[in-house]
Amino acid sequence: MSDFRLPDLGEGLTEATIVAWQVAVGDEVTLNQPLVEVETAKALVELPSPRAGRVSVLHAAEGETLAVGSPLIGFEEVGAVGADPAGESPADAGAADAEAADDSATDTTRRASSTKSAAPQRQQVLVGYGPVLPGTGRPRRRPRSFQTEPYIGRAAQAVSGSAEAAAGETPKALPPVRRRARDLGVDLTAVHGSGPGGRILRTDVEACARSTTSAGTRPGASTRSSTRVPVTGLRRETARAMTDSAFTAPQASVHTTIDVTDTLERLRHPARRGRKTSFLAAVCQAILPAAARTPSANARYDTEAGEIEHFARVALGIAVATERGLVVATVPDAEEADGLTLTERITALVATAREGALTPAELTGSTLTVTNVGVFGVEGGVPILNPGQSTILAIGALRTQPWEHRGEIALRTVVTLTLSFDHRVLDGAEASRFLMDVADVLSDPAILLTR
Amino acid sequence: MLTTTSAPDHDLVAGLVQPLYVLAEDGTRHPDPTLDPLLRDVDEELLTGLFLDMAVIRALDDEAVALQRQGELGLWPPLRGQEAAQIGLARALPSTDFFFTSYRENGLAWCRGVSPGEMLSVWRGTTLSGWDPFAHHMATPQVIIGAQAHHAVGYAMATKAQGKDDIAVACFGDGALSQGDLNEAMVFAASFRAPVLFFCQNNQYAISEPVALQATVPIALRPTGFGIPSLRVDGNDVLAMRAVSLFAARHIRSGKGPMFIEAVTYRLGPHTTSDDPTRYRDEEELESWRRRCPIARLERHLEQLGTDVEQLRAEAKRRSLEATTALREAVTTLPEPAPESLFENVLSTEHPGLVRQREQFRAFRNSLAPEQADGQQTEGSSA
Repeated sequence: MSDFRLPDLGEGLTEATIVAWQVAVGDEVTLNQPLVEVETAKALVELPSPRAGRVSVLHAAEGETLAVGSPLIGFEEVGAVGADPAGESPADAGAADAEAADDSATDTTRRASSTKSAAPQRQQVLVGYGPVLPGTGRPRRRPRSFQTEPYIGRAAQAVSGSAEAAAGETPKALPPVRRRARDLGVDLTAVHGSGPGGRILRTDVEACARSTTSAGTRPGASTRSSTRVPVTGLRRETARAMTDSAFTAPQASVHTTIDVTDTLERLRHPARRGRKTSFLAAVCQAILPAAARTPSANARYDTEAGEIEHFARVALGIAVATERGLVVATVPDAEEADGLTLTERITALVATAREGALTPAELTGSTLTVTNVGVFGVEGGVPILNPGQSTILAIGALRTQPWEHRGEIALRTVVTLTLSFDHRVLDGAEASRFLMDVADVLSDPAILLTR
Repeated sequence: MLTTTSAPDHDLVAGLVQPLYVLAEDGTRHPDPTLDPLLRDVDEELLTGLFLDMAVIRALDDEAVALQRQGELGLWPPLRGQEAAQIGLARALPSTDFFFTSYRENGLAWCRGVSPGEMLSVWRGTTLSGWDPFAHHMATPQVIIGAQAHHAVGYAMATKAQGKDDIAVACFGDGALSQGDLNEAMVFAASFRAPVLFFCQNNQYAISEPVALQATVPIALRPTGFGIPSLRVDGNDVLAMRAVSLFAARHIRSGKGPMFIEAVTYRLGPHTTSDDPTRYRDEEELESWRRRCPIARLERHLEQLGTDVEQLRAEAKRRSLEATTALREAVTTLPEPAPESLFENVLSTEHPGLVRQREQFRAFRNSLAPEQADGQQTEGSSA
């Protein structure tokens, strides 16, 4: 049995819909007899039979849409098909019937015989598509075995070529090449011509110019030496998440710089057993009441459902830079913890993250992320949302600088807070209120008592 | 002040009101003072020859359409309906006159001895150029609309400069008249009195654009603006087509400069196998042109002359089968080109950029895994 596959009927079509079969299983057809009417994106066309034979199977029902290249109709072998398709005598057909009856008992034997007879038969190759490989629909590639080689100019390759170009002659080169040589300050008599008949080409001049400017280094060797690192594991995951975030959530950000001198003094005052509360923990603590006042800051936009989900609780995520890459660790039960406990928990969490020992639960489930980019010394930055959250807060470096304090310029410790937010969930007003709620508490913790 | 604007010279054109014809639709012979003198040599043998030619190229054309539908060809531009125009021209000119054609003139190619494999290889995508133009005195099909008119005029100017007797023929469709190329070519041909025949098969549609949208005057009137005399002919009348071709060739060969023929015909099939003509023309129109089938018209004429039409049909069928079998055989045995052959005919000498591309292409091909069953590897599985 042989299958006729659906061809591309119009320069790059990918599929066609079966409109009406004009033959049935068991029908004897002649070459070019209409088999089926199909509709493509371009036209309604009749497919003529590619051969004479008996139809053994129709692979698709009317109304079904088939991909180009998929089996459309199967034929049983009939004697010496193709030698004289039109002049087939009834006797021939009868003999073929008997022959065909042998291997048409059941579907399974038919399939078995098809695999047997497949090897010697010419594969039906669709123009422009190439042979269909088993399994996948397209050629398989070996992963990353393709390397580009740096192009090395011919002048560098040629080991003091032929001496023919010497002997006082004007070097052969076309006018634009001469011009190029003059512009680059290259003496044409010193250039080896790699063109036909020793003619100097533009590439020769340029290679020569490179080799003289980068004196000492081997000419051409330093052209391209970038290294390529496969994107795997966490890098790949981060790339995916950030791409996802950047291209699904319209993000905007607001920022403010505040004086935290008084708060820091309070934090540095040892509380229990000589331990201090970290500024990061303090920010976390400031976030909790702020999120309660602006619920949309602790929410997510559910595209599929067309809803905004306000999370019941704030599960704080801390972005941690590890050797392997960036992870967001979830601080457990931040709402119940006091500053000191929170500090200890964050410290432990960061340590575990750096060891790469966080549990999946600790790596997922946060609803609002804090990223402490200040530890790298920068004043601040605009973070990208962790997918599935509506806000992320970046803490800049604590820095001492002249600042207005009680009507005068004083040296104060200030910090810049930047909030990026999903503009589908929050608007600037809400985002600013949330940020200012956090900022106010950090600049004057007592405000919690009055608002 | 010198002005040269004048109305088109109606003396330069014949057949404007009624296209010239010598065979009526019912097959009866119609006298025509212009064409009759050119038809004195017509005998039964010539008529049956024209009939067989038309039947065979129709069969070849149908077979090529079928081959496209069967996935053997990427594309095919059918000529069905235009057999008389092509055969009438091809059988009027000596085989040394040079054809510069569009892509639909496969009937001309067949008459010039182009082999089935040569004819189909480009449409199968196994070669970049189907045949040696000088072996058949016919350039390979031009796909850019109208560009071949320049080639024809250039060739004609060259034969004139060399003092040769050959003429060039530019074959194009009604749509090409809207292209700059064709009009520029006519300017040069007229100015230099180039021995070139502009042969337009007006098949009524430029893909889906009806000719009336492109030409508010009959196409045959346009060349008169360039000073090129023009004949408007019934393109489905093979005898008239042959006669006007003889007439024009004689005119051109006598050193009187270019001439233009508008063969009024109809494309019964789609523009190409990718086209759906039902979207821009109706069944009624199609039916009226089916009745004007050039082959049936000649058959009726032969019948009236007393030819054994049954026998002729059988002979046509036999020759058609022979030709289509050879065509099918040829297309399935066309050699697949080696992938790197792509780089072979770009430039006659090595070029560093091309050499580099070839190396990159080779490296890319080598990076494709051979088809082996155990080649199942995943990428990026290890961190």
